[in-house]
Amino acid sequence: MPLTRNQEDKQNSKFADKVTAVIKEKMSQKKIKSANYLTAKQSRAISRDNRKSMRAYEKRNNRKNVPESEYETTMRDPGNVVEFDDLHTYFFTDTGTVKAVDGVTFDIPVGKTVGVVGESGCGKSVTCLSLMQIVQRPQGQIVSGAIRLNLGDKAVDIAKMPIEKMQTVRGNKMAMIFQEPMTSLNPVFRIGPQIDEVIALHNPEMTKEQVKARTLEMLETVSIANGEGVYRMYQHELSGGMRQRVMISMALACSPSLIIADEPTTALDVTIQAQILDLLRNLKNKINSSIMLITHDLGVIAEMADYVVVMYAGRVVEKGTVGEVFKNPSHPYTIGLMASKPAVNKAVERLYSIPGNVPNPIDMPNYCYFRDRCEKCLEKCSGVYPGEKRLSPTHFVSCYLYEDLQEEK
Amino acid sequence: MFDENYREDTLHEDKLDASAPENRQSDYILEVKKLKTYFPIKDGVIQHVVGHVKAVDDVSFKIKRGTTMGLVGESGCGKTTIGRTILRLNEKTSGEVLFDGIDIHKLSRKELREMRPRIQIIFQDPYSSLSPRLPVGEIIAEAVREHKLVPKEELNDYIDDIMASCGLRPYHKDRYPHEFSGGQRQRICIARALALKPEFVVCDEPVSALDVSIQAQIINLLKDLQKKYDLTYLFISHDLSVVEHISDTIGVMYLGEIVEYGDKKDIFANPLHPYTKALFSAIPVPDPDAKMNRIILEGSIPSPANPPKGCKFHTRCSYCMEMCKSVIPEQKEIEPGHFTSCHLFNDVSLEKEGKKESSLNV
Repeated sequence: MPLTRNQEDKQNSKFADKVTAVIKEKMSQKKIKSANYLTAKQSRAISRDNRKSMRAYEKRNNRKNVPESEYETTMRDPGNVVEFDDLHTYFFTDTGTVKAVDGVTFDIPVGKTVGVVGESGCGKSVTCLSLMQIVQRPQGQIVSGAIRLNLGDKAVDIAKMPIEKMQTVRGNKMAMIFQEPMTSLNPVFRIGPQIDEVIALHNPEMTKEQVKARTLEMLETVSIANGEGVYRMYQHELSGGMRQRVMISMALACSPSLIIADEPTTALDVTIQAQILDLLRNLKNKINSSIMLITHDLGVIAEMADYVVVMYAGRVVEKGTVGEVFKNPSHPYTIGLMASKPAVNKAVERLYSIPGNVPNPIDMPNYCYFRDRCEKCLEKCSGVYPGEKRLSPTHFVSCYLYEDLQEEK
Repeated sequence: MFDENYREDTLHEDKLDASAPENRQSDYILEVKKLKTYFPIKDGVIQHVVGHVKAVDDVSFKIKRGTTMGLVGESGCGKTTIGRTILRLNEKTSGEVLFDGIDIHKLSRKELREMRPRIQIIFQDPYSSLSPRLPVGEIIAEAVREHKLVPKEELNDYIDDIMASCGLRPYHKDRYPHEFSGGQRQRICIARALALKPEFVVCDEPVSALDVSIQAQIINLLKDLQKKYDLTYLFISHDLSVVEHISDTIGVMYLGEIVEYGDKKDIFANPLHPYTKALFSAIPVPDPDAKMNRIILEGSIPSPANPPKGCKFHTRCSYCMEMCKSVIPEQKEIEPGHFTSCHLFNDVSLEKEGKKESSLNV
C-alpha cells in the first residue's frame, strides 16, 4: 500500500530528526575532543598577546641605569631573609598563559630551614627560580608581586630589580643547589676553576692564590678528603654524591645568607642522601644561613625543615611549622599527601590515594583548584578561591572547611 | 571476559602439561640458583676483554606462588640486572633460573617465545618504554595478537576489559602515549603486561618516576590486580617504604649479592646485616619528632668491576673485623627463613646448627 503524503512527510521528518540527532552527537563529541584543540585564529591571537606582553616585560627588565630607589624596599619583619609577597610568575606559551606561580606568600626567617613540598608542576621550582631571577625568559615573567631580599643594611625587591644588578646578588647573597649534579656542572672545565669563578667574581680584590686556597677550603668543608685531587678532576670522574658535594661547596663559597636547595637529594641513593642531608644541616649552622629546601619527599622535610609550605597548582594551600603541619595537617590536599606515602613500620592494608590528577595549568578555574579531587568538598568551594585562614599564629590554610572556625573565635 | 574461568580454560594449560615436569605444582614459582651475570669490559684496538663487571654475583632465592618479593638496594647493585636475567633479556654467566621447574636459559628460541606470555615485565620509565608511534590500543593488543591468546573477533572486547581493569577508558585506545600523564602511562605499561595473562611479573621500579599521590594509585592498582589474577611479583625498588608496603619477602642487595633475605616482618623488625641496618636507618621518616639514631655510611659503593676482597661491604662497615677483609661470608639461616651473609653471625648459626660447623670454619 502506497504511503499517503502525510505519512511520507512524517517518515521524512523522522529521518531528518535522526540525522540531526546523529550530527548533534558527532558535534558534541567533536567539542569534547576540541578541549585541547586551538583553531588557527585562536592560536594567532594568543601569540599576538604573548608577544605584546613579553615585549613590555622585557623592556622593563633590560633597562640600564635604574636608580636604586626604584627597587629598594623595607622588610616587613627584619628577622626574615626573604619575603615572598603575592608573587605571580606566568609563562606565556603558544597554547595559553600558564600561571606557574599564582599568588605565593611566605617568609624565610634568618637561620631557619623552610621546606616547600608539592607534586611536580605545582610551582615549587619556579618559585625559587623567580627568587634568583633565572626563570626562562622571555616566556617566563614575574608578572606581579614582590620578593624582598634582606641584604643586612638594606632590602631590595627582586621582582623589580634590573638584570644587570642581579649579578651582584646571585651566588653572593643567595646561592642555589640544583637537582641534577650531573647536568649542572660544566663537563669541559675542571672542578676547581668552576668554584674559583664564583669566588673571584664576587671578591675582585682577592689574588689567584687566595681564590684557590678558598676553593680548597670549601672542598674540605664539604668533607671531600682529597681536595687537591678533586680540584683537578672533571665532573665525570666523580660519583653522584661527590658531585653534589661540589655543587654545595660552590653554593657556599661566598657564605650566602640564603641557600636554595632544589631537590638536592632526589637523584641520589638513600645512604648518600643521608650523608648529604647531614652535611647541609651542619653547614647551615656553621655559616648561620637559611635554607629554602624544595622537595617532594615528606620524610626529608620532616627531618630538615623548621617551617613547611605546601603548594598545589601554583598556590600555597597550607603553611606552618613542621610540628603543626605534620601533627595537624589541615588542608585536604596535605592530608591526602601524608596518607598516600607508605611509612616504614606503619602497616596499612591499602594506601590512600588522592583521586584524579593535577589540573591542566592553562585556564585555571576561579574556584578552589583542589575542588575536583577533594572529598570534603563543600558547596562554597564552587565560589571564589578561598582566602588564607589562620589556625594558629604560624599555621595558615586556604580552605573553606576552616572558615567557620575563625568566626567562632 | 577477563575473569578466572576464562583464564583457566584458555590459558596454555594443555600446552604446558606436556612440557613442564612433574613439579609444576610446587609452591615456588621461581627459583634462582647461584645466578651470575657478568658484563665484559672491552679495551684496546682489538676490543679484547680486560675484566668483568660483576653485576649479579652468586644470587639464590625462591619466590612462592601468589606472593611478592621485594628487591632493594642502592643504584648499581644489580637489582635490575637480576630482573632482566630472569626474563632472559640478558644472558646469564652461570647458575640457573627455574620458572615453574623449567630452566629459562636452556630453552630454545621457539620454546622461549611460548614461555614469554607467562613472565612479563613492567619497566621503570613509562616515558621511554612506550612506542611513541603506536596508539595505546595497539600497544596493548600487539603481543596478544602475536601470541594468539584470544580469537580475532573477541580481541577488541578483551583489550577493553584489560584497560578497564587497569583504570583506562575505552576511548583511550586511539590516543598516543604522549597524550597521557606519567601515572596513566604506567597504567598502559601495566595493561600491556597483564594483557598476556602472565603468572609472574617483574616490576622494575614501577613507581619511582611518579609523583607521591600517583604512586599510591599505582601501588593500589598493582595490589588489586595481584589479588584478582593471582599474580606473583618481583618488585624491584630503591624506595624501602614502598617495598615494605607491597612485599611479603624482601631481599637486600649490595654490589651484586643478596646480603640479607627473609620475611618482611623479620627483616624490618630485626635487620641483621650491618648494611641493612644502615639502609633502614637512612630512610627519612615523615614525623618531625622521630628519634634520629642514624648510621651514616662512609663513602660510596665500590666499583662492581673491581669489588673488595672478602666481604664486599667491609670497606664501609662499622663492625668490620680482620676476618672480613679476606674471607667471603656464606649465607646462613639465622631464624627460620631469614638468611644473611655476614661474619658477625658465624657463632649464632653454629650454636643452632651443629651440622654446618665444618663448612663454616673456613
